[in-house]
Amino acid sequence: MTDQRQARQPDDPGRFSPSAAGQGTSPAAARVHPSYLGVFLTFARNSLVRDMTFRANFIIESVSSLSWMAMNLGYYVLIFQFTTSIGRNTGWGKYEFFVFLATTLFINSIVQAFFMPNCEEFSELIRTGGLDFALLKPIDTQFLVSLQKIDWSSLSNLLFAAGLLTYSLAHLPAWPTPVQFVLYPLYLACGVAILYSLMITLAATSVWLGRNQTLYDFWFYITNFSRYPMEIYRGTVGGPLRWFFTFIIPVLIVINVPAQLMAKPLAAQSWPLALFGLLAAAGSLWVSRQIFRRAMISYRSASS
Amino acid sequence: MTNSTLVRRFPLTAWWTILRISLEERLVYRGDFALGTLMRFLPLVTQVFLWGAIFEAVSGSAGGQDTVAGYTYEEMVAYYLLTQISRAFSSMPGLASTIALQIRNGEIKKYLIQPVDLIGFLLLGRMAHKLVYYVVAAGPFALVFFLCRGFFPGWPEPTVLLAFLASLVMSFLLGFFLEATLGMVGFWFLEVSSLLFVYMLFNFFFSGHMFPIDMLPGFWATLVRAVPLQYLAYFPAAVFLGKIQGAQLAWGLLIEFGWVLVFAVLSRVTFHLGVKRYSAFGG
Repeated sequence: MTDQRQARQPDDPGRFSPSAAGQGTSPAAARVHPSYLGVFLTFARNSLVRDMTFRANFIIESVSSLSWMAMNLGYYVLIFQFTTSIGRNTGWGKYEFFVFLATTLFINSIVQAFFMPNCEEFSELIRTGGLDFALLKPIDTQFLVSLQKIDWSSLSNLLFAAGLLTYSLAHLPAWPTPVQFVLYPLYLACGVAILYSLMITLAATSVWLGRNQTLYDFWFYITNFSRYPMEIYRGTVGGPLRWFFTFIIPVLIVINVPAQLMAKPLAAQSWPLALFGLLAAAGSLWVSRQIFRRAMISYRSASS
Repeated sequence: MTNSTLVRRFPLTAWWTILRISLEERLVYRGDFALGTLMRFLPLVTQVFLWGAIFEAVSGSAGGQDTVAGYTYEEMVAYYLLTQISRAFSSMPGLASTIALQIRNGEIKKYLIQPVDLIGFLLLGRMAHKLVYYVVAAGPFALVFFLCRGFFPGWPEPTVLLAFLASLVMSFLLGFFLEATLGMVGFWFLEVSSLLFVYMLFNFFFSGHMFPIDMLPGFWATLVRAVPLQYLAYFPAAVFLGKIQGAQLAWGLLIEFGWVLVFAVLSRVTFHLGVKRYSAFGG
């Protein structure tokens, strides 16, 4: 792991952008409007080149994250040996829950591939003062620090998730309608947006807190709540918990909404939730953007 | 008086010094420890709700039974809480990777030159780590267990409690020697992170950390009971809950002790063989 990180270190972000902002670093460059798509594609290509340089490592990482998924699936297969559904009359039978699980995998692997390595790097940049270089680039800093690296090996889970989704859908009583297939990716994107907002917010707080290793654990623990159907949070503790993670930190929306949409389309009560999902995604992005800007204002370069 | 004569004359003084230094080193991060300990219970909250939903479905189904693999809902929650205690003894964060790293960057040389035994030194360091951890974690643990006291049937008999403590102490030793042995593999393969990932994966699912291994069917149950991982989380918890009793308990403790011995010897042997083929790099 360490080797890989060190190997990646020399890749100064500056080397990624010449195609986009190749006009040089004259003061005029600050007003240049770089092609964000072009820059993103360059990031993607560079990351792929880097991943392919350490090919054996890439394969090992893909296989290990796949086996992690397989083990997780095994756990739920085991649970469904003992029960027919998660909760009474919640509609989360075996295959409905596997749709839920596939949705979790989709969202998590996208977050892990695109944002996880970058947000980790971001708080490190704040701590070491390396952020100076990112701030100087004639491109939106949040875009730059959020998408610089792509961990392609995490995307191997997408295949697993697609397989699991297809398999589970085939075992459900009715195949989803085209509308569901259109809305599903939209809500996957909403889920990713919420998680991304949470992650970049936590990373940005390094500006005020210095090191934030515990905050990453915190991220893991909070998102842990999103991994199960929201119906399981009931009672005197569960009720407030469900409310908090739906409306304050909307991590329960992330997977529940797209999964319900796909697995239990007839549940009428899920439509208000679906609307709220859009709102939550937009709101999270907005709040995280504000916090990011605040953090950038408070940022004082470190070290020399 | 040189160091080596000091060690030879007062071996206990040297070990006591190492333990004391490690203790002081660990106490520096006590705030982080306490917060981290409380947070470690958070994933448990979701497990409690998940199992609540599962038991609700199970008791509502046609058969209407109220146990899963012989566990009632209360026992299941108690089980998860107890595995936190087993893990507090048996988990060795970063032990194997540190050993492998020291082999790779040459730092291991200092144990070959100084009159200090690597495995003994690391063991004392871990003991200090754990002691500090228990002192700091006692508060959060007591709080959580007090809040969850309704899930427990009450204190077990003194003999069971004694067996529980013994199994915990041995789970610490087993965890230590097992990870140390894995770290020694670094003498042969410079990069052991993928091996450690596989170990972590199996440890997570088959030590009973994720679920009581009583749930496993047929072949898997046989396999998991044959390997030592169950002693790292499942066994102490099951002993406390009275799932393992009488002769079975005695055998379990004996086998656990056997595994401790096996890995204590194995870590020594791999270290010895590793040093033989070791060539130092770096300054």
